[in-house]
Amino acid sequence: MTVFAPRSHGLLVAGPRTYAALTATALVFLLPFYYLVVAASRPMAEMAQSPPPLTPGPLLFSNVAKALDQQNIGLALVNSLVVAGVITLSTVLLCTLAGYAFAKLRFRGRGPLFALAVGTMMIPPSLGVVPLYSLMVALGLAGSLASVVLPSLVAAFGVFFMRQYLVQALPDELLDAAKVDGATALRTVWSVVLPIARPGMAVLGMLTFMTAWNDFFWPVIALDTTNPTVQVALAALGGGYVPDTGVIMAGTLVGTLPVVVVFLLLGRQIVGGIVAGAVKA
Amino acid sequence: MTLTLSRPEPAVVNGRRARRSRLHAFEARSAPYVYIAPFFLLFAAFGLFPLIDTAWISLHRYRLGSSMSFIGLDNYAWLFTNPAFYNALLKTFTIGVLSTVPQLLLALGLAHLLNHRMRGRTFFRVAMLMPYATSVAAATLVFAQLFSRDAGLINWLLGVVGVNPVDWRNGSWAAQIAISSIIIWRWTGYNALIYLAGMQSISQDLYEAAALDGANAWQQFRHVTLPGLRPTILFTIVVSTIGASQVFGEPLIFGGGAAEGGALGQYQTLGLFLYQQGWQIGQLGRAAAVAWVMFLMIVVLVLVNSALARRRERAA
Repeated sequence: MTVFAPRSHGLLVAGPRTYAALTATALVFLLPFYYLVVAASRPMAEMAQSPPPLTPGPLLFSNVAKALDQQNIGLALVNSLVVAGVITLSTVLLCTLAGYAFAKLRFRGRGPLFALAVGTMMIPPSLGVVPLYSLMVALGLAGSLASVVLPSLVAAFGVFFMRQYLVQALPDELLDAAKVDGATALRTVWSVVLPIARPGMAVLGMLTFMTAWNDFFWPVIALDTTNPTVQVALAALGGGYVPDTGVIMAGTLVGTLPVVVVFLLLGRQIVGGIVAGAVKA
Repeated sequence: MTLTLSRPEPAVVNGRRARRSRLHAFEARSAPYVYIAPFFLLFAAFGLFPLIDTAWISLHRYRLGSSMSFIGLDNYAWLFTNPAFYNALLKTFTIGVLSTVPQLLLALGLAHLLNHRMRGRTFFRVAMLMPYATSVAAATLVFAQLFSRDAGLINWLLGVVGVNPVDWRNGSWAAQIAISSIIIWRWTGYNALIYLAGMQSISQDLYEAAALDGANAWQQFRHVTLPGLRPTILFTIVVSTIGASQVFGEPLIFGGGAAEGGALGQYQTLGLFLYQQGWQIGQLGRAAAVAWVMFLMIVVLVLVNSALARRRERAA
């Protein structure tokens, strides 16, 4: 984990003005979360008043219960958990293998292939939606969770991220030792590479889970509201057939909570991962 | 050791060992390709093939649920004579500028603040990144409430300082500013962390030398931090410009789920236009033409950016 440790640095020491500016910014950044709780716990009539209420009200649980009845939010939560879970497992495993190959193995075409893999990060996946949609219809998968999972089983960012991690974290001596001991390639991956890659895999897993949970464009096209992910259900919730803002906000709260909880528990590591993944530039 | 090697070995064991080491060598040689194959196969199937097929489909009349017929460049002719396309292009550009420029400037300032030795460093970093953890849909639903005309918190706050309520949903610039503010809120912290990482890789010696030369804090920022961050800044510009060309969820949900982007298309981006053509009107061929034009724009953008970067490197 040392790779992700923030470097200590010298000259600048925060004064009161720095604290004040940072605190003000943090408040602005966190205000929408607070207001989400306020709006989710108030009856609609109060949310339509001016000035709007500034403190949480008593209706949080009844609004959440109503939201769970609307737009399949309950099913959407389960679906999103399945989709994000499968994508995370697959992405972490496949990206670790590819990242290990690019970081530590010598083979013909390594440089160009890695450049190609990184280059694909520049292509926004949303541009291929038309053929992707016909493909899923042809495979009979339109509307199913598989149509959302399949295109995201692996990610160029993850390959890049695991390569950067393993270049530093995995000493060549260990691989040499495994070779001297006569370990097969598979054995080396299992007993040497994976244990050392684990911290990097954990960070990549969290980032992947967040991205998959929040993915919007393709799921909105591929799925409909009878079998939605959380984001598809939220889009429908905002689509106007639920006039009660308190219920809309309660649904939003329920759909956001899992990721925010993960983030609050592991935010430090996620921050470290984003910083480490960015240093390539 | 020498003793062991020089001892004669039975021929059978020798042969088996040779076979096994050949197997080993083959396994070792092919292993890297086996490890990278899933990435490239999946990318070929769900990334590259759809991209190329998009170009092919864009040459067809292709309605949702029916078969394709070849019509050459008709979709492009339709696109380039369509005022709605130019409107979407313009709105993508203006929302892109309104969201990207303040976002990166704020991120730069924020990274500078975070680059101090302080208490509560982790708290501030996590707080800045919290918006990044929320989804486009959730963020937009909350902001739509904050920006509501009659009972929104923002209009109320504006009223407190004596500004008349703004119709954030129907005004053209107002709606674009509201949508941009959602993007700014979600991405500023993320970019600040990337700048922070870049700042921490700048050598302390440079700052000490500048301080010895009598440079004040601003001059140090201007002449040490900014030049050191140049590659990072270029990276974030490319990434956020590509992101800005794809804006979709914010205007969709801000407009209550309608792909028109406001009654007059005040905030219809190219992403929304593509979705409207493909899945609301059902003209998948036209949607593919929009996607392919967007792709070419991104290619040009990335090329221009890397050419600029290379020229600056040579000049430096």
